[in-house]
Amino acid sequence: MVTITINGRVLEVHEGSTILEAARSNGIDIPTLCHWKGINEIGACRVCVVEVEGCSNLPAACVTNVADGMVIHTSSPRVVSARRVNAQLILSRHNCHCPSCVRNGNCALQTLSASLNITANPFPEKQIKNRFDAGDSPLIRDDDKCIQCMRCVSCCEKVQTLGIWQLNGSGGRTNIAIKNGVKITRSDCSFCGQCITHCPTGALRARDDTAKAIAALKDHNKTIIVQVAPAVRATWGENLGLDPEVATVGRLVAALHTMGFPYVFDTNFTADLTIMEEGSEFVARMQDGKKHKYPLFTSCCPGWVRFLKGQYPQLTDDLSTAKSPQQMFGTVAKTYLPLLLDKKPEDIYCVSIMPCIAKKRESVLPVMKDAGVGQDVDLVLTTRELVRMIKAFQIDVPSLPEEHFDSPLGEATGAGVIFGATGGVMEAALRSAHYLLTGKNPDPDAFAFARGSNGWRSFTADIAGVQVRGAVASGLGNARKLIEAILAGKVRYDFVEIMACPGGCAGGGGQPIAFGEERAADRADTLYELDKKAPKRFSHENPAVQKAYAHYFKHPLSEEAHRLLHTDHHAWEMPF
Amino acid sequence: MSKLVFQEKSPTQSALGGLYESLSRRTQASPVGNCPLDVCASYLRMCRAQSCGKCVPCRIGLSTLSNLLDKIAEGEGDESTLELLENTASVIADTADCAIGYEAADSVLQALSGFRDDFISHLKKGVCSASFSSVPCVSRCPAHVDIPGYIALAREGRYADAVRLIRKDNPFPGVCGLVCEHPCEESCRRTMVDAPVNIRAIKRFAVDMAGQVPVPACASSTGKTVAVVGGGPSGLTAAYYLSLMGHKVTVFEKRKRLGGMLRYGIPAYRLPDAYLDADISRILSTGIKVNMGMNIGKDMTLTQLKHDYDSVYISIGAHGDNKLEVDGEDGKGVFSAVEMLSHIGDGGAFDLTGKSVVVIGGGNVAMDVTRTSLRCGAKSVKCVYRRRIDDMTAMAEEVDGAMAEGAEILPLAAPVKILLDEQENVKGLLIQPQMISVYDRGRPKPIAAKTEPEVVSCDVVIVAIGQSIQSKTFEKEGIPAKWGKFLTNNDASLGEGVFAGGDCVFGPETVIRAIEAGKVAARNMDTYLGFHHEITADVEIPAPAAKRTLPCGRVNNDERQAGERKNDFALMEKPLRIEEAVQECSRCLCCDHYGMGSMKEGRCHSW
Repeated sequence: MVTITINGRVLEVHEGSTILEAARSNGIDIPTLCHWKGINEIGACRVCVVEVEGCSNLPAACVTNVADGMVIHTSSPRVVSARRVNAQLILSRHNCHCPSCVRNGNCALQTLSASLNITANPFPEKQIKNRFDAGDSPLIRDDDKCIQCMRCVSCCEKVQTLGIWQLNGSGGRTNIAIKNGVKITRSDCSFCGQCITHCPTGALRARDDTAKAIAALKDHNKTIIVQVAPAVRATWGENLGLDPEVATVGRLVAALHTMGFPYVFDTNFTADLTIMEEGSEFVARMQDGKKHKYPLFTSCCPGWVRFLKGQYPQLTDDLSTAKSPQQMFGTVAKTYLPLLLDKKPEDIYCVSIMPCIAKKRESVLPVMKDAGVGQDVDLVLTTRELVRMIKAFQIDVPSLPEEHFDSPLGEATGAGVIFGATGGVMEAALRSAHYLLTGKNPDPDAFAFARGSNGWRSFTADIAGVQVRGAVASGLGNARKLIEAILAGKVRYDFVEIMACPGGCAGGGGQPIAFGEERAADRADTLYELDKKAPKRFSHENPAVQKAYAHYFKHPLSEEAHRLLHTDHHAWEMPF
Repeated sequence: MSKLVFQEKSPTQSALGGLYESLSRRTQASPVGNCPLDVCASYLRMCRAQSCGKCVPCRIGLSTLSNLLDKIAEGEGDESTLELLENTASVIADTADCAIGYEAADSVLQALSGFRDDFISHLKKGVCSASFSSVPCVSRCPAHVDIPGYIALAREGRYADAVRLIRKDNPFPGVCGLVCEHPCEESCRRTMVDAPVNIRAIKRFAVDMAGQVPVPACASSTGKTVAVVGGGPSGLTAAYYLSLMGHKVTVFEKRKRLGGMLRYGIPAYRLPDAYLDADISRILSTGIKVNMGMNIGKDMTLTQLKHDYDSVYISIGAHGDNKLEVDGEDGKGVFSAVEMLSHIGDGGAFDLTGKSVVVIGGGNVAMDVTRTSLRCGAKSVKCVYRRRIDDMTAMAEEVDGAMAEGAEILPLAAPVKILLDEQENVKGLLIQPQMISVYDRGRPKPIAAKTEPEVVSCDVVIVAIGQSIQSKTFEKEGIPAKWGKFLTNNDASLGEGVFAGGDCVFGPETVIRAIEAGKVAARNMDTYLGFHHEITADVEIPAPAAKRTLPCGRVNNDERQAGERKNDFALMEKPLRIEEAVQECSRCLCCDHYGMGSMKEGRCHSW
């Protein structure tokens, strides 16, 4: 410990901590933009500057360590005016048309500017030319809103190890561009969207497809159905300012009904279906007598699938062929569901609400049209788009009644809910694998060791004497480490779950943005709570799933199941 | 008002003088990898500011050029914009009245030919080739030694850790602390404040203070065998890292002692045996086998070596000597620099007592020979060089040092013939006085002055006009070469597991480039052998100093008094005193932490 003085307060702080950490741990806030602990500690924006006695200039609090006896002023007149000038300089290169920006009201630069009482800017606005060629990419960059904080560069390089973003040029024209100057859809981008959720401004954003959703709602020739992914229910209230007790699944369903969606279904239903298919695939693989060099990898996460196909195409055969829950839902919605609703498949318009950007790209894969009436999923909205629609429809959520998902694809189990957290697919699969192997249900919490927030977790599960070596990873950097270890023969597994976003879908790139916070773990807790309270906690006990097999798909891995619920990962190429 | 008044500097001129001085220092310390268009446009703006404004091409043309450059740098315009830029620059070069205009325009034309691809890439894709190197000293060091890291360690008195950190990239810390040409200092960002940090002196200080520092443990044995041909700095560097990687390394050396040009080229007053031997013994302590007196190509063929070992590194250096090709060169008393220095390197005596010596050449080796001759007892030593003293390729401090020790430099003198007496003994050198003339390939060319040749009387002539590579036997065994230099790929490979590097690939170069070659070769040989070993240093780097420091003079190393040191071969350079070392360390701006260093490549922990 060292003794320092901040704003006249004498404090004992950890040696080796930065001035920023020391101040914040004592309730003294210092504004930051570029700082991201452990990932982007580069002292670039210079809005966290402070005065240190004996030091001729103003050091950045985020990268300057405390020293014993240091006397610091975090909000002296000199500091405040320096921060204002630096913020004004940033604003002079930023497209400040806030009212029409997707991040209006949720922008770190806007917040900073307001907190520094900036009401005018002496520096003329001059933005760099927008050169980003989005094409049909679900991820869009507005160069003129970029403040070059480098968080996206560091995120992609250090967290996701793809390094799609890089610095281009030097000096006054330095900007951020895609490596090698290619179009984003020709790059190895996984579309995880982590760069978006860590962007302080609206420079990086997901394509807004809400207008298409509204157009579909207006089209009375179509039966519009919507599926809601597990992780959406844990987060949708965050940017609406709602308490978790108010932002319940029931009110989410009611809000969607209010907007005019006649059928609100639960992706958890196909999460359970995924477990039946993927779980059976895994059990079959365990019992096929072949020596598999590599484990079976889950295929629920399209960001991960893109990563594997782009970085380790040699492992494509080890990906589960089961479609993701979203895509299974799309196929079910246009094959089995029309029979139940007495509709024509071509009249169904299938919308998904996902915590994810990559799902937007997955839905347009040329192979994802097994129902034979165009793409199986017509439109994918992110949680953020859902929230913006709720706002646009002026829905007063607290006054809504709690409503149930619609039948027949609204029934789900706790096993489906936990798909939204890292380790959830693994845990749900093990629950049902246990049943498939022994004919008996385990304790539903028997495989809770798959939970947690470590980026890479390994375990051995004992299922009636069969030792299953499993691993769970989230974040593509962790995925890369895990795969490298597998390829080097340092580790051996039977079954591996990977999610592209740190923390899984709870921390997904389409989720509400809480700048400077990592909320995945808390959101996962909400999902585990829902699982705990669920009347049924085993995918194989989902009555709607049982009925779907009985009436349509026969049994897991049947010919129909293979045709409609599985996919050929070789049928398309990265980059896509 | 008086017709004539004293010219006094106005306050504006004084301030401007300071600005120009800052500009010059800033240019010197230009970071590597800036946007070339931006640099060119900024340069043009400076040119524009220098224009008096009289003539159209310069007054309007230079502004137009810098605007066009800005436009292209912003990615606006097309091929026709580039054409317009080029045509306008050509016309300014043709029609400007004075150098302010035409020299500026010429620079643009040079830029267009030098990095045309960059112009096109800015225009077509908005992509710049710039790749900003974050830590200037590290990126300029051919071996990429972690300089800010070891300076921080030295500052904290952690000398052994500093040596460990240096050895991650360079197994010759002792040698380099004395004789490295320190390209690292060339772009030192401290130059923007006052002058570059005396990096080499800090390294020597850390090595001197550290005492014995053991090498790290080797990786477990791979069972692979490697032969290194030539035990100079490059060969021993490769041997060291390959040995640490767990390969079984044998060094073949045809001479009596290891060290190559470090022993046989650099005199002991610059690099005492003790320093060289300390580095070599640490390198060998990794378990390297040495086969002395073995001349590959003569005692054993390369083909045999390739057969016996899994991989071979050729690092035979450049130990041949270039001939003057004048009459009298075979006379008694004519020696080559290589002959003299290697004889002394083997511990032999080279007595020049009472002799008048003439050294021919202008490089560092010529200075080594000049100063060695003084130490061998020569009555007088004159160094004859074709160009001006300013044009000598030897480091300025070497030339100054030689002169301080009493050697005389005879510039603008081209050797015509060596004069011999009846017994074929040297009695003088006939020189043709030269005058310096126009530039040829970037250097001013000397031409014969219209005056009679002159005689410089002497008893001994030592020729130091460059070394050659003794590559013939290797060429016969199929190693491709041009002008004696082996033609490797840029990863040092030659195919079939054979690699080469150092002077035998680059031509005569610095010790740190030889070390670079050894490091590159070791990395790629390890990969060739099927491994991916990583070389690391388990050293934690202290946090940087937080303060912006005021300008402070650079501490230069003292040398022993000229009149005293010229009489012996003991080390000439004095070490820094501790307070000098501490001050010099505190001048480091910690570019590993501040600026781009915190974003990328601030530190390469392993390779």
